[in-house]
Amino acid sequence: MGIRFILMVNKQGQTRLAQYYEWLTLEERRALEGEIVRKCLARNDQQIRFELMFEFLCSYAGVLAGWLALNEQCSFVEHRNYKIVYRRYASLFFMVGVDDDENELAILEFIHLLVETMDKHFGNVCELDIMFHLEKAHFMLEEMVMNGCIVETSKANILSPIQLMDKAH
Amino acid sequence: MPAGEGTALPHPIMNSIFSGTRLRDMIRSIRACKTAAEERGVVRKECADIRASINENDPHDRHRNLAKLMFIHMLGYPTHFGQMECLKLIASPGFPEKRIGYLGLMLLLDERQEVLMLVTNSLKQDLNHTNQYVVGLALCALGNICSAEMARDLAPEVERLIQFRDPNIRKKAALCSTRIVRKVPDLAENFINAASSLLKEKHHGVLITGVQLCYELCTINDEALEYFRKKCTEGLIKTLRDITNSAYQPEYDVAGITDPFLHIRLLKLLRVLGHGDADASDLMTDILAQVATKTESNKNAGNAVLYECVETIMAIEDTSSLRVLAINILGRFLSNRDNNIRYVALNMLMKAIAFDDQAVQRHRVTILECVKDPDASIRKRALELVSLLVNENNVKQLTKELIDYLEISDEDFKEDLSAKICSIVEKFSPEKIWYIDQMLKVLSEAGKFVKDDVWHALIVVISNASELHGYTVRALYKAVLTYSEQETLVRVAIWCIGEYGDLLVNNVGMLGIEDPITVTESDAVDVVEDAITRHNSDMTTKAMALVALLKLSSRFPSISERIKDIIVKQKGSLLLEMQQRAIEFNSIVDRHKNIRPSLVERMPVLDEATFNVRRAGSLPASVSTMAKPSVSIPNGVAAAPLVDLLDLGSDDIMAAPSSSGADFLQDLLGVDLGSSSAQSGATPGPKAGADLLMDILSIGTPSPAQNNTSSVDLLSTPGINKNPSNALDTLSSPALPHIATTASAGGMFDLLDGLTPSPSKEATNGPAYPPIVAYESSTLKIEFTFSKSSGNPQETNVQATFINLSPNTFTDFIFQAAVPKFLQLHLDPASSNTLPASGNITQNLRVTNSQHGKKSLVMRMRIGYKVNGKDVLEEGQINNFPRGL
Repeated sequence: MGIRFILMVNKQGQTRLAQYYEWLTLEERRALEGEIVRKCLARNDQQIRFELMFEFLCSYAGVLAGWLALNEQCSFVEHRNYKIVYRRYASLFFMVGVDDDENELAILEFIHLLVETMDKHFGNVCELDIMFHLEKAHFMLEEMVMNGCIVETSKANILSPIQLMDKAH
Repeated sequence: MPAGEGTALPHPIMNSIFSGTRLRDMIRSIRACKTAAEERGVVRKECADIRASINENDPHDRHRNLAKLMFIHMLGYPTHFGQMECLKLIASPGFPEKRIGYLGLMLLLDERQEVLMLVTNSLKQDLNHTNQYVVGLALCALGNICSAEMARDLAPEVERLIQFRDPNIRKKAALCSTRIVRKVPDLAENFINAASSLLKEKHHGVLITGVQLCYELCTINDEALEYFRKKCTEGLIKTLRDITNSAYQPEYDVAGITDPFLHIRLLKLLRVLGHGDADASDLMTDILAQVATKTESNKNAGNAVLYECVETIMAIEDTSSLRVLAINILGRFLSNRDNNIRYVALNMLMKAIAFDDQAVQRHRVTILECVKDPDASIRKRALELVSLLVNENNVKQLTKELIDYLEISDEDFKEDLSAKICSIVEKFSPEKIWYIDQMLKVLSEAGKFVKDDVWHALIVVISNASELHGYTVRALYKAVLTYSEQETLVRVAIWCIGEYGDLLVNNVGMLGIEDPITVTESDAVDVVEDAITRHNSDMTTKAMALVALLKLSSRFPSISERIKDIIVKQKGSLLLEMQQRAIEFNSIVDRHKNIRPSLVERMPVLDEATFNVRRAGSLPASVSTMAKPSVSIPNGVAAAPLVDLLDLGSDDIMAAPSSSGADFLQDLLGVDLGSSSAQSGATPGPKAGADLLMDILSIGTPSPAQNNTSSVDLLSTPGINKNPSNALDTLSSPALPHIATTASAGGMFDLLDGLTPSPSKEATNGPAYPPIVAYESSTLKIEFTFSKSSGNPQETNVQATFINLSPNTFTDFIFQAAVPKFLQLHLDPASSNTLPASGNITQNLRVTNSQHGKKSLVMRMRIGYKVNGKDVLEEGQINNFPRGL
């Protein structure tokens, strides 16, 4: 069925949005979110250390730069029976849990589409926008994903019902 | 509603306080919390307010309450009390209320809850609503959470909506249908026509959901698959060609590719249609080739499409030119500098290996490089791929690479890596010496991560490779000097030094490839002493070291005084097991020099087949032994019936329900098999590790303080000695015909004190067979008396008497017994199932021996009972039946 859950988590590891497309109990969710966030954030820390080291190296050996710069950690983590595809945008991590046979690269693209859509609506979306407009963020997701499958990929089509409702208010 | 009820006061002032906190304020105060406890406090207060507000039933607060509840739910707090509010909001006429109500429904409820049934009716009304946005909400909710019952009830509505005029409704109806057909596969047929009409649409949203619906139908219904294959394949190919070639569409363009999501969905559906059907596969060859060659691969979106295209090419029926194209794409991916691309390449190569092993083998070097990647996800994928790549031809090279890397890899990766190397080496090892070499390297580098069964297997292999004993023990000696912190390496090394210490010192069996080394007897003992004295050695290692010392005391008589000192020191060990062994071994070294050499002779060759069966069957065998220290096996296992006993383990005739503790006994048997092949009376010694002390040299756990001073014993033949140690029993057969064991005054039981050579007192019993003590533990004693039925010499009547030695009453007492095939056993009911303290009960058994005169009786038994309501299980094996029964 493709997408199993979508999480938005800040740098401190606090969940800012959680949408599940399969049923998990509250305890299971908390545990799962904790594990995934720990895993992804730890990888990211490694990445940052690596980048610092890289900058240091660059100042000495410019030749190495071309190889090292691209040697970034990949955006996929396997956890339990999920594959987590994640990407960081400023202070927010977007994490999507998918089945094993899902196209990971397409999910990365989907995350980007989600962020672009939110950006278009909120204008430079940030953590607080999502917190204070949680239901709106959910409405957008509803227009994009249903039952774990992508419904719509056009930003205009996704946002039109939301804008319509805003006008009505 | 629960708790908050008491605080709800319909008072105007209070009311204004309750409705005072807005959503924003709540989020602010939660964000301001410094600790988790503080957050819990705020949430608790908010929940109480929401409950109070719900009880007031003010429709204006509902919207806000639910918004708050959603936030609280997201933080991971229970919000079940808000579920009914969702239903009320859904039933209200306004759109904003319905909207938040449905959102709450999807977030707070699930298909398993009864409450959901209440919503079916509202959903039905909303699906027929005049406002299409309301219809959209209902479809979305249904698509996300509907249960099988709801799917049945509402399927007709959804079916109708697939043909709705507005595309935004059609697309939602299509995805809603995928959930319906998944919940109720019988409904699939109803949707086939509607789904195929969706494939002709131009609207991308409708198209992508229509394709998804077709995909779902194909996977659950064969007729649907046939239908789409025949009617829609060409249409889908045209659609794919149109998007691939379409002009720039800003709304759907991602990095120069028009709607990669639709591309991918279409390719997925084509994969299902082409799989197993050559005609359909043929049709799609051109378009797949076009996608594979024309798609831009410098951006993620393009790569996502290429990735999907490769997967489709792999899955459809053989079109070899396409396969070449696909493998080339993967090769490009693999050498890409973006880790995401490399990850998916490795993923895909695992599937490709099934089609074209050779093509994947070409990338072996690159894949090996990926095993060494700093990124854990890549490493994991690559390692799995490598283990699929291994075959007889490349195993040596690949293993070398992996072991080289093991030396420098991260600590946290060593566990996975060493496990994979071990499994590769075990599976493909061309010769024993290579296997031993590789295992030594792994143990040296990552010994602390190696699982028990792996090093157990190594010991079995070493034991079987008699020409390599000298080589192995020398290699281990050298390794252990350098890598003394690798626990499992130390264990294997001290086992080998114990067994083959003489070969180590004398450089026996030198192979051409070896450099001679000079090891003195005292050097060898140093290694073992180091293992036993190191504070971080665990009990298994120390126990193995102690046994090794005992063996060395005989191999190196010149320094047996020093060895004795080391053993004596262990008398002060904090571990009871070690203390006891130390005392026993000390007395062997001290007082029984005459029997010691034969006692500590080299282990008979361990049987590989038995080990492998055991390894596959009951991994936690040794655990079960450790867990039941109170169950003693006091019965001697004489050499003769061993082969028959092994039958017991597999296909015995149980006179009672099969025993769950079977592995316990198999454990024993697996080990003893060795001694049957070595008739010399060698010690049926340690198989490995934890079993070692408990199984073989288990010269009595504290319980068997039995005192066989009865006349029974005096009359018994050598084969029926009641001796707690099978080791000593076998030993005694050739040299000492009889052993009488006595309990020492202090309660500590020196098993060997009785080992003074005494003339055999073999009695001629005639037709009357002596009674035996079949089993004895600290709590229970079983005596057997025998009588022959007149007429049939094969048949023996056995009267079993169970004597309770404990001060407690046993209830629910049940005795179960099993015999090998050549015996038949009949059990009469016992005289009672309650065994009072110091009392006894009797039970009659009738045994028919079809091999009368050739084989002796043998029996395995299990006794279960309750003491003070607690279940107790004891088991044992009876081998001391008088001969000739």
